Amino acid sequence: MITLLKNGKIYDPAHKKDGVIEDIYIYQGRIIPKPLDPSKISQTFDLSGKVVMAGAIDMHSHIGGGKMNIARMMLPELQQKQAQETKLLTEPEAHICTPHCSHHAVPSATDTGFRYIEMGYTAAFEPAISPVNARQAHLEMGDTPMIDKGGYAMLGNDDYFLRMLAAKKDQKAINDYVAWILHATQAIGIKVVNPGGINAFKFNQRRLNLDENNSHYQVSPREILQSLSRAVHELGIAKPLHVHCNNLGAAGNFETTLNTMGASDGLPMHLTHIQFHSYGTEGDKKFSSAAAQISEALNKNKHITADVGQILFGQTVTASGDSMMQHLNAKHANPKKSVIMDIECDAGCGVMPFKYRDQNYVNALQWAIGLEIFLSAEDPWRIFLTTDHPNGAPFTSYPHLIRLLMDKAFRNETFAKLNLDAQAMSNLASLSREYSLYEIAIMTRAGASKLIGLNDRGHLGVGASADITVYTDQPDREAMFAKPDYVFKNGELVVRDGVVTKVVWGATHTAKPAFDIGVEKDLKDYFDKYQTMQLDNFKMSNDEISHDGRGSIVVHDNKQASL
Amino acid sequence: MKNYTSSNEPTSATCPACGLLCDDLILNATGAESVKNGCAKSITFFEQSFQTDISASASLFGKPCDLNTAISAAADILRKSKQPLFAGLGTEVQGMRSLMRLAEKSNATLDHMHSESTVRNTLTMQNSGWLTTTLAEIKNRADVILAIGTDIVTSHPRFFEKLVWNTDSLFNKPTPEIIYLSVPAENTQAGIAPNGTSPTVIPADTASIPEIVNALNALLHHKKIKADTVAGVAISTLQAVADKLKSAQYAVVVWSAASLKFTHAELTVQSIVQLINTLNENSRAAGFPLNSGDGDTSINNTSTWLSGYPTRSRLVNGKPEYDTYHFSTKKQLDLCDALLWVSTFNPHSPPDIKTPTIVIGHPNTQLEHQPDVFIPVGIPGVDHAGLMFRVDSSITLPLKKLRDNHLPSLSDVISKIEASL
Repeated sequence: MITLLKNGKIYDPAHKKDGVIEDIYIYQGRIIPKPLDPSKISQTFDLSGKVVMAGAIDMHSHIGGGKMNIARMMLPELQQKQAQETKLLTEPEAHICTPHCSHHAVPSATDTGFRYIEMGYTAAFEPAISPVNARQAHLEMGDTPMIDKGGYAMLGNDDYFLRMLAAKKDQKAINDYVAWILHATQAIGIKVVNPGGINAFKFNQRRLNLDENNSHYQVSPREILQSLSRAVHELGIAKPLHVHCNNLGAAGNFETTLNTMGASDGLPMHLTHIQFHSYGTEGDKKFSSAAAQISEALNKNKHITADVGQILFGQTVTASGDSMMQHLNAKHANPKKSVIMDIECDAGCGVMPFKYRDQNYVNALQWAIGLEIFLSAEDPWRIFLTTDHPNGAPFTSYPHLIRLLMDKAFRNETFAKLNLDAQAMSNLASLSREYSLYEIAIMTRAGASKLIGLNDRGHLGVGASADITVYTDQPDREAMFAKPDYVFKNGELVVRDGVVTKVVWGATHTAKPAFDIGVEKDLKDYFDKYQTMQLDNFKMSNDEISHDGRGSIVVHDNKQASL
Repeated sequence: MKNYTSSNEPTSATCPACGLLCDDLILNATGAESVKNGCAKSITFFEQSFQTDISASASLFGKPCDLNTAISAAADILRKSKQPLFAGLGTEVQGMRSLMRLAEKSNATLDHMHSESTVRNTLTMQNSGWLTTTLAEIKNRADVILAIGTDIVTSHPRFFEKLVWNTDSLFNKPTPEIIYLSVPAENTQAGIAPNGTSPTVIPADTASIPEIVNALNALLHHKKIKADTVAGVAISTLQAVADKLKSAQYAVVVWSAASLKFTHAELTVQSIVQLINTLNENSRAAGFPLNSGDGDTSINNTSTWLSGYPTRSRLVNGKPEYDTYHFSTKKQLDLCDALLWVSTFNPHSPPDIKTPTIVIGHPNTQLEHQPDVFIPVGIPGVDHAGLMFRVDSSITLPLKKLRDNHLPSLSDVISKIEASL
């Protein structure tokens, strides 16, 4: 029972394959070497002329957990509107719709899985699981069909960690706590959102700079980043600390971002949705692109990786753990409403609808800044394609974004329609780079897999999980990436011509580094005194994910993936 | 001597009787009075649960039948129905997941028994949003608590014990000041601090809450109010409340949509939200909306991630629709051609209607009129495991199975009905 994918043009950057014509053999869900006995091949797909890549991996997409459900609940009108509306192709943000295409910014769990697989994505990672809310996040991801998933647990604003830091606990104690959190939340990485700031907001601080102290704990974001990046590094967690910098969205925040790159003393860090952190204060409107400075620093600092968080025009919703900055920006909500929460001495959240408009100076410049960063990044292994779904745009806009990156004429044509003042403040038209298929495959497959430490995904080598996407090579890259010819999940054909043909359930990816269980002694005391649930109920068991027979857990080695 | 649990050892349990979802209960094998950390509601719940008839049989028009017969009769009713209503919905996450699948197959309308209250909050959230908080933040930060129109403890008995009179808190906060607005004085005992400090009690009719909250809003905006009193409350009293809220480190405003029983109460909730927003311009404050129970928070969250909408929804050929007005139980009882009533935590009776009725729920459900089909099922957190959302939606906790018996779970039954459709 071997499946043969014959004569495809293979783009597999993990093995430096850039459009070579090769065959792929699949057996029991994995890629195998050419079998000695060809009679065992039971199924052959002739892929002559087709582009073959590993299934795409979204390394940062808000697909599950409290804030997404709040967004769904507070915005029934988005779903109602989407059910009626088809986009005009003349709109700048329009893309080629698949028959089931949802532009809905907060699709249900079910739709999320379908929309991803229809575009050839076979995995997505929820980047902001607040530990107390992990069970809900996994419940939602558990009801997301078709794709693999996983998440990053948020630390750095929880009172337990900040108490440790203020008490100058040694690094080993911090490491044990970080590892314990990974186990308890079934996560694969650690994230910090507005380091110290969400917590400071609860003490009525309204902004927090990198070297400014949280008023209660007298610790700074820099110290939080140092401590957490070191913990992640010393525990051997593949995924570098995932950092949402302080001062998101604020004019002039690029300096915070530049300084943050130095905060980990050279240890790996990933700066997420960096577009939202690349703003200067030049010009009449005191809002300008700092993409050049950010890109230069990114190119120079090899320990830093980043995803872009591109914005695309249209209605969406911003959902973030950053209650401090979301509260500050709530006046820009469109429609005008926002949900802000302080959560359980653990985290926070802020959810508000937002409409990015191409004739709005700031929005148009945000669009250009994201693309400037993409096009100035020298190393495609250190930059990742995201819209910070749904914050910059729904993930269903990825094919459109890919076209913007691969097609200079299309990009410039779109740029020429934007707010004129914004055009004048951007050097985008002078950037002539066009991404290649190989580079797209790095950003959306090989690089993402390497970053997260998914050893057997994101590539097409022997032994890899057979998550494979097959496209027709078309000059219109948007049409091409919106509707793959075939998608295979674990070796099974699940999408044909952009339509799901079989419903399957993916795995949950986790990292579980070893730690001293003695950490629970103090935690138990803390929970009994200050929390409102039992320590044992805070922890999620493996069984909670796998008991229904659909879910399964993959534990990845806690060392850097070797590619 | 009642044997509460399947073992004779004390067993820890999570209590689904109210939104606080206390998970520090210890049930002894000896009797209700020895439920450690119990409260009036949890003791009643576990007493009621352990007195259920675990040998209760399914029935058709009151005549006992085996489970499979009842399941195929239920499937028959749903198969013939074009517009079934799934109401009650007193269940937890896993039960709701199965109900959603069945609803998709049978084009059902879904509404929870406490939606009338829930919708007052949901409409506000959908119109303006809000700023809210969770239990542990209240426990560690709140120094002023304003309860509007609710004594809190009737619906959430351990609120003060667990979150207000706690002596351990992370930031050494003072004992919180309690202000009751429009709560009968005789119901404010719970607000007396352990050191004897009395709460501030501002008597007023429920119907005048909108007026009073609006006056508070005006005062926070430094508007001059020409009258001396608003709804019988002296402006100076309200000014004192406004001042306390403004000077608080972390003020918490608690309301219960269930107690705001007047038309367009969502506008009053909105005024409360506005009050909290205004406070947050300069200081910190947060809202804390109470829920009504019977799994309301759990089923609305589950429905939302599965379909994109909370309840008062309908599935039409797989497409979800949402309408808080038309899809209410009250409206749909006149329009539906079959009713599926679910209440697993409590023996709530279904509404009495002529259309074919399936009741799946608590073994002790009192049925004045025998429904076409009755299927007794286990109680989540007693007879089988489950998952439940807390009042603040941020926390989901596992419910435990505490005893062995043959009662099927709701999701077992629903899945079998779905399979035979």
